[in-house]
Amino acid sequence: MRLTGAIYRGGIVLAYTVMLLPVVLLAVTSVFRDAIIAFPPSGLSLEWYRNALGRDEFLDGFVTSFKVAAIATLIGVPAGTAASLALVRSNLRAKQAITTFLLGPIIVPGIVAGTALYLTYLLAQTRLDRDIVGTLPGLVAAHVLLTIPWTVRVVTAGLQGLDRSVEEAALNLGARHATVFWRVTLPMMRPAIVAASMFSFIQSFENLELTLLLVGPGMSTLPIAMLNYLEFQIDPTLAAVATIQIVVIAAMMLVTDRYVKLSRIV
Amino acid sequence: MKSLELVNIRKDYGGAVAVAGMSMQIARGELVSLLGPSGCGKTTTLRMVAGFVAPSAGSVLIDGRDVTRLAPYERDTALVFQSYALFPHMTVAQNVGFGLEMRKVGRAEREAQSLEALRRVRLEHLADRYPRQLSGGQQQRVALARGLVLNPAVFLLDEPLSNLDAKLRGEVRSEIRALQQSLELTTLMVTHDQEEALTMSDRLVLMEGGRVRQAGTAQDLYERPADAFVAEFVGRSNVIEGRAEGGGFRTACGTLLPAAAAGAAGGSFYAIRPEKIVLAREDAGEGVGGALREILYLGAQTEYTVMLGQTPVTVIAATPGPDDALAGLRTGDPVRLSWPGASARLLGA
Repeated sequence: MRLTGAIYRGGIVLAYTVMLLPVVLLAVTSVFRDAIIAFPPSGLSLEWYRNALGRDEFLDGFVTSFKVAAIATLIGVPAGTAASLALVRSNLRAKQAITTFLLGPIIVPGIVAGTALYLTYLLAQTRLDRDIVGTLPGLVAAHVLLTIPWTVRVVTAGLQGLDRSVEEAALNLGARHATVFWRVTLPMMRPAIVAASMFSFIQSFENLELTLLLVGPGMSTLPIAMLNYLEFQIDPTLAAVATIQIVVIAAMMLVTDRYVKLSRIV
Repeated sequence: MKSLELVNIRKDYGGAVAVAGMSMQIARGELVSLLGPSGCGKTTTLRMVAGFVAPSAGSVLIDGRDVTRLAPYERDTALVFQSYALFPHMTVAQNVGFGLEMRKVGRAEREAQSLEALRRVRLEHLADRYPRQLSGGQQQRVALARGLVLNPAVFLLDEPLSNLDAKLRGEVRSEIRALQQSLELTTLMVTHDQEEALTMSDRLVLMEGGRVRQAGTAQDLYERPADAFVAEFVGRSNVIEGRAEGGGFRTACGTLLPAAAAGAAGGSFYAIRPEKIVLAREDAGEGVGGALREILYLGAQTEYTVMLGQTPVTVIAATPGPDDALAGLRTGDPVRLSWPGASARLLGA
């Protein structure tokens, strides 16, 4: 009995270590002074943070990534939520097929979907005689393909766990259908919608594969800016960028958690 | 005038019949229970009254007005759900005030009435809590307050006690009944628990297979069951198959049991309540002889199973004291059972 308890606790410690160790190493190496990572370091410095913040490609990348993720979330979450409502609540035929179709973009490998999008964009560009690849709308349209499936996944699960009798109670107490939706259904879906927004934003923000072919001069996302940097440099600047990114996302999660307890959703 | 009247309502789902044409009336201030096993159509009936299920035929009248085609929000009913169905994102006071808000009652008036309703269920001190912070019993009382604050023409209770533990159940039962009587609420309650129905209702309607098997007071159903199903469902009964013969009843395995001459002619079932049977030692000389198969000590009472030939008969009697003739009885002992013929009933299936 005591042995199984020890194995159980050991397993938990191991799992957390495997998950957190790379993050910790990343943060630690970001303050090593040496350009080529060596252990032990010859000293500590914030030089790489200065370098990271001083380079336009990272700052521009961050701004672009943030814009794309925010707009794609604002479009994808309402659309995905509406789709989930239809999938869970209506008598639609072929629900399973529609669900699979909507989840498609996150099932197909990102690089494949990205290539397909690239070819489609090129085709559309020649037909419409205007740029799509390397534009903000082009990136946003691609990232909506990430935010919709994530929303459908999270919100559908949330809706299935929702007690229908609560809505019936509202009807019984004199609320019309529209009132029931705004006053009861939507507030009860709030935790799922918040979680969906978070996932969507993060998925879009950190996406590399789908985006790789769709960026253009002056319109690059942060992960791609980091990849480009890595092609020529291997100093800890990237560790610094990644650490900043982790801190920003962690801060977002903490703020969200104040309004909706994330531990109750995920 | 009848507050609630169901006229021959019927519900079919495809080929399956959930409710096969039932009629009933509830007078103002009366509590009527719909009782029956699961799948008997009682919940469908309740949902037809609330407006969640459209009847395939027949009509629902509330205070004399035909509401059959009205939406749930157009009907003056308040339903207390089995799961309570409180709004999780609203405080207790907001939950209770929701119906008033839908009726466009002003804020101050709404708060006053909500608080009054909460006072009735002794929860005014929890008005600012959220449902998840309350115990099951407290949530139930919020659900009650949320309904009764509207002073509805018809109050509907769906299995109101099924989610409470045994100790609370008795308390809440009396509390609901007291509220219902003091407010003179016309109430339709659905339950599968016969004890709940017997203790709380003015009248009971026992349903089975979408039909009414018997309607009447608790005494009607208990003392004068219409058929073997009623006799077995309401309270406990020994139901024995056989046929009427002379002044008695001959069981399938040949024992002759006493029966009143006025028993239902042609009844092929014989029903006798376990507590109406007198158990005696064999040397009593009187009654039907049998062998004691099982003794279950229940505290104040003891339950005996006696084999009359191949037929098991349950007897419930006060637990004998140390000097009682029945003290020291053991399984396998020969015993005699007796009861007046008038206590038994001859019934159809």
